[in-house]
Amino acid sequence: MDKVKKIFGGDTRQLGMIFALVALIIFFQIWTGGLTLTPDNVINIFQQNSYILVLAIGMVLVIIAGHIDLSVGSVAAFVGICVAIAMRDWNLSWWVGILLGLGIGALVGAWQGLWTAYVGIPAFIVTLSGMLLFRGANQYVGKSNSVPVSDDFQVIGGGYLPEIGPNTGYNNLTVLIGLLLAVGIVIGAMRSRRALVKLGAEVEEAWIMWVRLGLICAAIIGATLLFGSGRPGTSFPISGIILAVLVLLYGFISNRTVIGRHIYAVGGNRHAAELSGVKSKKVNFLVMMNMSILAALAGMIFVARSTASGPSDGVGWELDAIAAVFIGGAAVTGGVGTVVGSIVGGLVMAVLNNGLQLQGIGADATQMIKGLVLLVAVAFDVYNKSQGRASLIGMMMKNFRRNDDDSSAPPPPSAATETTPVSETIRQSS
Amino acid sequence: MSNPSIPAPGSSGADATGAGATEVTPPGSVILEMRSITKEFPGVKALSDVSMAVRRGEVHAICGENGAGKSTLMKVLSGVHPAGTYDGEIHFEGRLCEFNNIRDSEHAGIVIIHQELALIPEMSIAENIFLGNETASGGVIDWLATRVKARELLARVGLEEEPDTKIRDIGVGKQQLVEIAKALSKDVKLLILDEPTAALNEGDSQHLLDLIAGLRSKGVTCIMISHKLNEIEQIADSITIIRDGRSIETLRVKEDGVDENRIIRGMVGRDLESRFPDHTPEIGEVFFEVKNWTVRHPSVPDRLVAKHSDFFVRRGEIVGFAGLMGAGRTELMRSLFGRSYGTYVEGQIIKDGHELRLRSVSDAIDAGLAYVTEDRKTLGLNLLDDIKRTTVSARLKRITRGFVVDEREEYNFAESYRKSLRTKAPNVDEGVAKLSGGNQQKVVLAKWLFTEPDLLILDEPTRGIDVGAKFEIYGIIQRMASEGKGVILVSSELPELIGLSDRIYTIAEGAVTGVLSREEADQESLMRLMTRRTHGGSQATTETRESA
Repeated sequence: MDKVKKIFGGDTRQLGMIFALVALIIFFQIWTGGLTLTPDNVINIFQQNSYILVLAIGMVLVIIAGHIDLSVGSVAAFVGICVAIAMRDWNLSWWVGILLGLGIGALVGAWQGLWTAYVGIPAFIVTLSGMLLFRGANQYVGKSNSVPVSDDFQVIGGGYLPEIGPNTGYNNLTVLIGLLLAVGIVIGAMRSRRALVKLGAEVEEAWIMWVRLGLICAAIIGATLLFGSGRPGTSFPISGIILAVLVLLYGFISNRTVIGRHIYAVGGNRHAAELSGVKSKKVNFLVMMNMSILAALAGMIFVARSTASGPSDGVGWELDAIAAVFIGGAAVTGGVGTVVGSIVGGLVMAVLNNGLQLQGIGADATQMIKGLVLLVAVAFDVYNKSQGRASLIGMMMKNFRRNDDDSSAPPPPSAATETTPVSETIRQSS
Repeated sequence: MSNPSIPAPGSSGADATGAGATEVTPPGSVILEMRSITKEFPGVKALSDVSMAVRRGEVHAICGENGAGKSTLMKVLSGVHPAGTYDGEIHFEGRLCEFNNIRDSEHAGIVIIHQELALIPEMSIAENIFLGNETASGGVIDWLATRVKARELLARVGLEEEPDTKIRDIGVGKQQLVEIAKALSKDVKLLILDEPTAALNEGDSQHLLDLIAGLRSKGVTCIMISHKLNEIEQIADSITIIRDGRSIETLRVKEDGVDENRIIRGMVGRDLESRFPDHTPEIGEVFFEVKNWTVRHPSVPDRLVAKHSDFFVRRGEIVGFAGLMGAGRTELMRSLFGRSYGTYVEGQIIKDGHELRLRSVSDAIDAGLAYVTEDRKTLGLNLLDDIKRTTVSARLKRITRGFVVDEREEYNFAESYRKSLRTKAPNVDEGVAKLSGGNQQKVVLAKWLFTEPDLLILDEPTRGIDVGAKFEIYGIIQRMASEGKGVILVSSELPELIGLSDRIYTIAEGAVTGVLSREEADQESLMRLMTRRTHGGSQATTETRESA
């Protein structure tokens, strides 16, 4: 088991989620008699959930910074109707429509960021207000009607990679992207390993790296073949490409850039961050604004897929996105969470939804099951933290683990992080 | 209220010998005996075979370095770690006790007051005292009786506040007294105080120690954990020393003629030849000067937290700032550090001959200032982060290309600071929450050294740090000075200020009241200057010029 852990890297919380996702897929694959892992169904899962996953990317940053955004569904609907009407009435081409939508999203985000960051109203209130405001605005602008969008705009929600090159039985572009991705990951891993060796840092044993890379590549190639072998005309969906680009981009931003570090710092301890030169208001503003921009994008993807913008688009999306983020391991108190984790969390929900649907389980039961899954996932997290263990998977491995991380047992670190001493709170407020 | 002498549920199998026979135990007899307490956490033996005996009506101090197991021992005693999770026996008032939770131990008359006070700021003193122990009939609280009883208890602890005053409106010193009043309301027989004076100034500390002495004379036994050895020497009758989870010895203060050095020797297991490392100051020219610095309180506009303060720092000099708590030392330093506290009124900061206009913390960092906060956990660290990221966090742009963090450089810097400051951690990926106080402080120091400051402002750099780590921190401070940096040292521990500083300014009510050279400074002279009243109070300083 120790070796398994090594292969998958140190973050046991995320590892647990990935295992849970894989287990869930296998479970449904068996239960539905092989209906889950068919090209059509996998493509379907992506297309049906890409907008929620896009929201989850923005939402995890909001939650890491210690806020919440309840307005995303309404903002998405508002942007969707604005874009649809603008394109219809002004005959805009699809890319102008998208830019317009992102611009409206940025304005909406600036509005919410202003109140949250600079006026100091809790984001819960600001975005609750935004939820009502922009839902109303959607119905006001669209006069509660559905407005269709043009075919070329529909590509971002319902489109696929085109067929090019010789007929191989697979979608060539999908296969090509898959191969490039696999090669890129291998080269990246080798380069960073070489750099570490140069620095004289500890590196893992070579076989661990190769086994891990092998598993990753196998997963990528498997997925590639799955996506590439669907009905003619279908392949990896465009919305999936948008999502993949966003995951890479935001994964990088959150880990490797100054603003990313500052988001974690503000969420982890705002006072300490400010006294280290972080401009927390600016960070909060940007995080809220970014969320609305991504909500705008999600709204447009949804409109494109459903071919029209309507008055009840985006109802309940905020809750799906928030659920994805928390299943993905973020902490309600802020400072903790990852982009990839949230995507995995979102996929857990998506696969669950899809599998239950395939089995003909009604929407009522599906909702109840999803609600319980959210509760159980977070409950495991909370319980394990209170026990000083990392996660579900960490708990399963406890007998195999060396106890190298409990050396400071007498003062449990969780106690230090979770409770701000009353006396200090008072001193700050007085 | 139930009779607290009834043993806790779960201890029904108490040893028969003590039953009823020893109702009235004479003073000086043993009230508490802990026998061979062993407590293991996964992978770590926090306590092994710890034994101690506390005599009725004494103040019994427990000394030991951070992580020695003092708090764990008290948690075992008070039922936080329930019976069955440790080995060994606890005998209280002659009975074998097996506490399953704090409620059990409180029923028996053992009350623990934690270092971090457990009071609710928005509730009144009376409500806090009787929280969980309300004077009520049928669930309805009798407020009149509550207030009357609260007033009695406040009188016993010498706190002159109305029972209806909210906790957030009184200072930390008074809050500590409320905690004790709360303990007294539970008919306490054994009062455990964990670092009771850590957050208090000298005056409040002395008041608290007097109160403890008063309780002792009324028959309340106290166990006190403290790092302030002078206080222990002053008040304790016995001292049990714990080191590495073992009870080393129990000293009788009067009989054994115990002094601070004797306690330190027991705690560290060797003689500390000196409390401070050797250091020969090499002091250069004045490079940092503050003139007429005046700052208003952030929310009370007519209150000045810094009043026309003038001071300067030379290269290679360690400048101490002494003052009672609330004198405005932290406020002064934070207002200098990019106006991170209060509203600027007037005054100049001059560094290397140029006036600095620092409008934000990042301005201050860019100008070569660094400020190590007094409160590591709430102001200094993001406890969710690891060593590596923390080390570079105050000046990320030093290792970024564009907006992208260079992770190799990050690792290199973090690793080199870990080595040069001798931070005890397996590697720089370790989370800072897992480190001990001393090592956390080293990470904070690394974070500020990484900004390459010319002036390092240290606010209480050794608070809550054990003796051994303090010595190392002192060495680091002196090394910074030797490298030609200016160091401002704010500390409530006068011996520390006197031992390290080349010059000491005193502050009272936001104003600089004096400056003493290394040779002139001793505890009495400093205390005199620290308590000197500034003339006329805050009214005298209302002529506020708008400065450009």
